[in-house]
Amino acid sequence: MAYSDKVIDHYNNPRNVGALPKEDEDVGTGLVGAPECGDVMKLQIKVNAETEVIEDAKFKTFGCGSAIASSSLATEWVKGKTVAEALAIKNTDIVKELSLPPVKIHCSVLAEDAIKAAISDWKKKHN
Amino acid sequence: MKLPIYMDNHATTPLDPRVLDAMLPYFKEKFGNAASRNHTFGFEAENAVETARKQIANLIGADHREIVFTSGATESDNLAVKGVAAMYREKGNHIITCVTEHKAILDSCKHLEKEGYKVTFLPVDDKGLISLEDLRNAITDKTILITIMTANNEVGVIQDVKAIGQIARERGVLFHTDAVQAAGKIPFNVNDMNVDLASLSAHKMYGPKGVGALYVRRRNPRVLLTPMIDGGGHERGMRSGTLNVPGIVGFGKAAQIAADELDKEIAEMFRLREKLRMTLERELDEIYINGDLEKRLPGNLNMSFAYVEGESLLMGINDVAVSSGSACTSASLEPSYVLKALGVGEDLAHTSIRFGIGRFNTDEEVDYVAKRVVDVVKRLRELSPLYEMAKEGIDLKSVQWAAAEQH
Repeated sequence: MAYSDKVIDHYNNPRNVGALPKEDEDVGTGLVGAPECGDVMKLQIKVNAETEVIEDAKFKTFGCGSAIASSSLATEWVKGKTVAEALAIKNTDIVKELSLPPVKIHCSVLAEDAIKAAISDWKKKHN
Repeated sequence: MKLPIYMDNHATTPLDPRVLDAMLPYFKEKFGNAASRNHTFGFEAENAVETARKQIANLIGADHREIVFTSGATESDNLAVKGVAAMYREKGNHIITCVTEHKAILDSCKHLEKEGYKVTFLPVDDKGLISLEDLRNAITDKTILITIMTANNEVGVIQDVKAIGQIARERGVLFHTDAVQAAGKIPFNVNDMNVDLASLSAHKMYGPKGVGALYVRRRNPRVLLTPMIDGGGHERGMRSGTLNVPGIVGFGKAAQIAADELDKEIAEMFRLREKLRMTLERELDEIYINGDLEKRLPGNLNMSFAYVEGESLLMGINDVAVSSGSACTSASLEPSYVLKALGVGEDLAHTSIRFGIGRFNTDEEVDYVAKRVVDVVKRLRELSPLYEMAKEGIDLKSVQWAAAEQH
């Protein structure tokens, strides 16, 4: 399979790899996918409770190059956005940015799910 | 050392330069049709084909009249399964095969099922081996063919072909084996092993693509086949069509080299494979060998690297050509059915890599590949949430995975 330059760049230099303290009040964690499916993404956000701005984001991904690139890109995009803005990110935006082929669209879907799961985890802590 | 490194010798092998040299004249001045029996161009081609036939027969302990040339092993498998089924339809309608066979066998059998034949697909154990007891129990008075491969193309596991042949012979059932990965790689003798039909391929033994053969036993018992391709009655009527003379010449030369150098090559492949295996096992934890380690092709290593998805690993070692059982690398998006049959969980199947060491691999290449794999696995594990969770002591099997229904 031929990868786009952007996928290769994210694979070789993944942005925001790591972990945030998941017990922290300001941190939301999303864990999506399943090992049996060949993709698991963990995306974490650190949100400013006052402004609802995502100040930091980290990820770890088990999956193909496109899955790694999708989640790496997702962390880049959510950083600096408000929670509401981050929720508006669509998987199709990721597909377009990374030029993902049809067989890899599920990677972008998973990344969108990961953002939503992280936000929902954060919201749960604040209810 | 030249990059990229080719270490995918189960998929195909590079042409041996000695094979190419043997073939070249048959592309140029010796272009005759082997069926032209009335001029020197034809004689020359026919002689070359007969020499090749003897070279190939010699490799597998057969008589040269028992070699039928085909376009490759897929055709050989189709001809064996469908040709026997059609010829012996009145005797019975039952075929026995196994779940880890090549698709050319499995799909031929499924085709026959639609035509009313009954097929038993024997399971394999966690080492990839069929049970001889299962085989014995599966045979009925309607069984006309047992087809079990000698060595598996993914995990390199070698079945007890001699025992299978013995059982088939005792019960009066024909025995076909797909010997594509085995012939020229391990000792393979149709008489010692009671094989009645065997599929062979040139390009898996450093010969050219587009040429294969089916061994068809002539005596004790004499095997008859209904041809798949009708025409000029070439190959004793079993496979019509003008012979691919340069390809056949190359196949013959490849078989002769394989026969001459078999012992030396087995020792060398084994040495390099073990070096690769031991380096990886020394440097990495949680890696698992798929399939039996002892009953295995000397050049095969199929390993799962837990917590690292196979395609992403291949992407990281992009100057090394190997293959993966991961779904992402296959057209079907399903992980390897062979690994599944061995009971390898889908999670580990996604992390599998097949290394196929061949004649032209060197120590230096093996060292390089091992180092690249170790570096990339370590890097990707740092990136893997599964590795992190496992290190935290979380049992991954107990996790309620979200979004699994999407796949």
